[in-house]
This record gives sequence, C-alpha cells and structure tokens, in this order.
Amino acid sequence: MTGTTPTPREPDPLEFDQPRVSIRKPEHRFDSQGETPDASRVERAMNSFVRDFGRTAAVYMESCIHCGMCAEACHFYEVTQDPKYTPIWKLEPFKQAYKREYGPFAFVYRALNLKPKVTVDELQQWQHLLYDSCTVCGRCSLMCPMGIDIASLVSQARHGMFKAGLVPHELAAVTERARREGSPLGATPKVFADRCEWLSDEHEVEITIDKPRAEVLCAMSSIEIMKYPESVVATARIMRHVGADWTFRLDGYEATNFGLLTGDAAAQKELTLKIIHAAVACGASVVVLPECGHAYTALRWMGANMYGKPLPFKVMHIAEFLAEQVRAGKLRLRKLGKSATFHDPCQLVRRGGAIEAPREVLQALGVELREMYPTKGANWCCGGGGGVVAIHRADELRHKVFKIKMEQIEQTGAELPVTSCANCRQTFDDGQAHFKWDKTMHSLLELVADNLVEAEP
Amino acid sequence: MSLLDFARGPALQWSLGIFVVGVLWRLLGVLLLRTRKDLSEPRRDAAWKGLRLIALRSWPRKEFLGGTAFGEVLGYAFHIGFLLALFFYVPHVLFFADIARGLFGTDLHGLTGLNWPTLPNGVVTLLSAISIAALVAVLIHRIVSPVKRLISNFDDYFSWLVTIAPLATGMAAFAHLGGWPYERLLAVHLLSAELLLVWFPFGKLMHAFTIFVERGSTGMLFERKGASL
Repeated sequence: MTGTTPTPREPDPLEFDQPRVSIRKPEHRFDSQGETPDASRVERAMNSFVRDFGRTAAVYMESCIHCGMCAEACHFYEVTQDPKYTPIWKLEPFKQAYKREYGPFAFVYRALNLKPKVTVDELQQWQHLLYDSCTVCGRCSLMCPMGIDIASLVSQARHGMFKAGLVPHELAAVTERARREGSPLGATPKVFADRCEWLSDEHEVEITIDKPRAEVLCAMSSIEIMKYPESVVATARIMRHVGADWTFRLDGYEATNFGLLTGDAAAQKELTLKIIHAAVACGASVVVLPECGHAYTALRWMGANMYGKPLPFKVMHIAEFLAEQVRAGKLRLRKLGKSATFHDPCQLVRRGGAIEAPREVLQALGVELREMYPTKGANWCCGGGGGVVAIHRADELRHKVFKIKMEQIEQTGAELPVTSCANCRQTFDDGQAHFKWDKTMHSLLELVADNLVEAEP
Repeated sequence: MSLLDFARGPALQWSLGIFVVGVLWRLLGVLLLRTRKDLSEPRRDAAWKGLRLIALRSWPRKEFLGGTAFGEVLGYAFHIGFLLALFFYVPHVLFFADIARGLFGTDLHGLTGLNWPTLPNGVVTLLSAISIAALVAVLIHRIVSPVKRLISNFDDYFSWLVTIAPLATGMAAFAHLGGWPYERLLAVHLLSAELLLVWFPFGKLMHAFTIFVERGSTGMLFERKGASL
C-alpha cells in the first residue's frame, strides 16, 4: 500500500482487505493536512463554507430555534445520550461564522463582537463531530420542525474543513489516492482489468471491457472491486441475462467518490467527470451505478451540476435497474421462499428516493419481506456511511451505533438481511465480526445473480 | 409626556418601524441570494407538491414521536395561547383598529374585509395563563435538558423573556396587580410588547416567517428527488 505510513498503533487506513481491528483506547487526536498557519486555516474554512452559500442554505442558517429535537433522530446521540452529538450542534462554529461574517446582520454582530471569531481549536474539536460522528444519513433532516436539511449543511461544513486541511487522516489519504491512482483503494485500471480477466476465467462469465459503443455503461465501487469481487461477476451475469448491450470502461469504472465524503469539491468533480466522459465516449444511454449509496448521490443528484449541463444519459442505481428489468419481465428468478428484511441505505432511499425499487426486486425473488421498525425513509443508518467506516478512531463509537441495527434486524426474525450498498455491507461485516453475530448481510445484486433462471438453449 | 403617552407614541412608532424594516432586511437578505438551478433529472416533475411539507412537518413522524412529543405539546400550548390572546382579546382588537386607522385611514374591517371576531375576557385570561405556564415549562426544559442547555445561547433566553413579558404584564394590567395605577400597568404592558417587536428581527423569533420558506424549500428539493419527507 502506498500513500500513507501507518503508525504502529493503527492499521493502515487503506487496508480494507484485512479484518478491521478496533483500537481499544484510541488516542485523542485531530488530523491536519499541510503546513498552513492556524489563522489561515480558519479563514479558508469559513470562506469556503460561505462561498457557495445559496438562498436555501442561508435560510437554513437563519432559523434554527434550538429545540434540540434533531438529537432524537441521530443514532450517535441515541446510543450515547451525549448532547454534543446533537446534529445542529455539529454545525455550531459554522453557524457562528455565518452570523458573524455572512448573515444579513453580520455588520451588527461584528461591530458589537456579539459572535466571537471561530478559532482553529474549535474547528479541530469539531472534526470529530463533523466526520467521526456524522454519516450524513439525513435522519435529522427528517425530524427538524423548521425543515432544515441539516445533513446538507454538514456536507457544506466539510468543504470548509477540507479547505482548512482539517480532515480525518484516512479520508484525506484515500481521496488523495483516488485522484492519483483513479481509485481510493488501489483498484487502478490495471488492477481492475486484471481482476475482471481473472473473475471471467474463474466464474466462466464474459466481462465486457472497453467496448467502443454500448447502450449501458456499468460502474463499480472500489469496495466491491477489492472486497466483494463477486459483485463484478454478478453485474456481468445480470447484464448478459437481460441481453443488455453493456460495457465497463477503464476510463470510468470507479463510482466511489471520496471527494464527496471528504469535502474535496475539486476531487469530487474530477471523479464524477470521469464516469460522465466515459459514458459520453461510448454513447451510453444509461449509466448503471453499483451498490453504493453515496455514488448514487454523487452522480444521480450531483453529477449534472458538476457537468454544468443536464446529463445526456439516464443514471440508475443497480437496484433501480433490476426493478426495471423485473417490470419488463426480462429477469427470470428462482423463488427463494425465505424471509428477508431490507436495510435501507440512506443515500439511496431516504435521501435518494429509490425507496420501492429494492423491495420490488425482493418481491420478485419470492421472499417474505419483513420490514424493520422504523423502515424506509426513517430507517436507522448502519453507522458506517459518510466515510465513517474508514475512520479508525471512530470504530468504538460506530460499533455502539451498530447495535441499533442488530436489534432492528433481530426483531424482524427474518432469515436474510439484505441491502444494496457495499459500504453498508462492509459496515455490517465488520459489526458481525466485532460482535460475533450470526447474521450476515447479503447484497441484493448478488442474491439476484445467484438466482437467475437461464432460458433453455 | 407621561409613560403611557411615550408607550403609545414614539415608542410604538419606533418599535413598529424597527420591526418592519428589520424583518424585511433579514428576509430579503437571504431571499435575494442566488440559487443555482439544479440540472439533475428530477424523479418527480411536480416539485411544488413538496410544499406539503409546510403542513406535514407541523407534527413529527410517528417514528420520532417518543422523544419529541413533550416539546411539541408545550410548543403548541404557548404558541396557540399567545396568538389567540394577541389577536382576539377585545382591547387588542380595538388597539389594532386604532393603529390601522392611524396608518391607513380605515379600520380593521375596511383593511381586511373581515368582521374581526373576539374572545371573551375569561377565555383570554385562561389562554394567557396556559401560555405562561407552558413558557415556564419550556424554560425549565431548556435548562434541565442537557441537549437544549448545550445548544442554547443568549438569543434563546432573551427571546423567551420578550415573549413571556407581554403575557405577564398583560395579565398584571388586566388584574390591576401590584397596586400600580392602571395607566402605568398599561404602559409597561405596551412597552414589553414593543420590546418584543424590536427584538423580533434580530433573534430566533424570525422563525415565524422563515419556517414557511424553509419547510417549503426542503419539501420541494426532496420531492424532486422522491426522497422521504
């Protein structure tokens, strides 16, 4: 592994292949990047925070009534009952800076020094709140009586933290690596091509790469390529089964976007544009995104805005693609005859709007769907989203949060826990190992691929 | 100039002026900011249907009710009590009619086309008492709850003070409390209401206006994506 030098006490942040080991007593630490003086760090953070401040975000900043109800929606508060995890508190320095530097009455606040200047110490402390203990799952946004989309403000604050060079080490490292190598976890084009060749031989399935023209461009997430390569095989099998004219492309196969998670807007744009350009190059009319929640947000909802014009193709999450094939009668599936429960990936369901598609696919698999409580838009996050699963010092807290998921799933009594996000799946795998739990999270995509009924020749 | 003359005259004019200019300044200060057009392909075309969030978010989803019902009920109790007492107490209505005549040369009926209803004094007294009790409970909750205590600042406590003050002074004037002459009680009541007007644009009381913009904007953004409301 390249990019970072692991300290003896910590596992390499980029090492996802090995079982994740928790650090029992993590050192209290703040990460910083670069040699910027403190004052400039604060200035950069705040300038970046307010630079893209549109009307909606400004209205949000104007009207929090400090009712504290968002705390009730946050899994980090739920398991710790620690008030510092109140979602709106995670934005406190930025609220302070907004009032002082940007709001309609900023001149009054400045003149009378009513809101003190934010210090670099505060920002360092808030690193834990903005990254380690926020998955940007948006459950708080669903609770706020004022209608503030708190999660979107956290993303905006992360832009500021990135500009200030105050991002958790692991996220900074993987984002940097993604820009340098084309993949955050080492799934370079060469690695991906080699893997595909190997998987193709091993599983006797044709994996199409770099077809000059194709109707459907598929992308994968690095977690899948490196940790769950069966997903690559599953994608190929399904595309063949439904008779799609499809391809992977080595200039745009990686849908993971750590730029979005880190707050590195330039990296986010760069990574998004790769897929867009690849799709344009092969004339694709559909881009099928992998089982990855934030990849969906990055391309489906933010892609066109990065591109600067509407995308000349449709963007679908693989679960949406599968549901469409079910509706079109193109997917012939063996009935499983088991009970299953669906864990809703936040970016896909609550914030992405693909609420029913995965359920339609499960229906087609003939499972008895036992919904968790709460479910769908109000479901609890796995605790690993928003980059949290990559931050080692957050492991202990994340495991506490994971207990909510275990309880929810146990209560359904379902045989198969299923999800459609490799990041959630990785969080579940880690939680399963940590708690020696007997439930394994399944991928919807792989479940479908394993139960295809091929037509008689 | 007596205290009552001051409260009815310059203090009223200035506080109303600060209220109107301040509210407009703060609202326009954010509403006139640019918004970037969202170029993503909407899942649902009728984003305006998301405006239903304005009504929907008036009560929490059932999943969140357990931890929030107490705060919600208290909130409703003091808001409803306050607004009903403000707008439907006979002397208030007469006072507003006076102001309307002074400003626009017509009474409330001429201005709004409505036959302004009023509430019996006993009902208003009860509502004010409920409102005061709820506000006291709200303050205690703010101090006792670790979450609310942490996130609270000067604005929260001062806004509480300027909200409960007109209720308390109004009740005092109505009951002729403290052995003060009625004129002085009335003047203090008026001044407390004027303090509320002056503070209104600067603090959290502004949510009375922004709540609709916020819920509406979020509703439309989310509806466009088909995201959960």
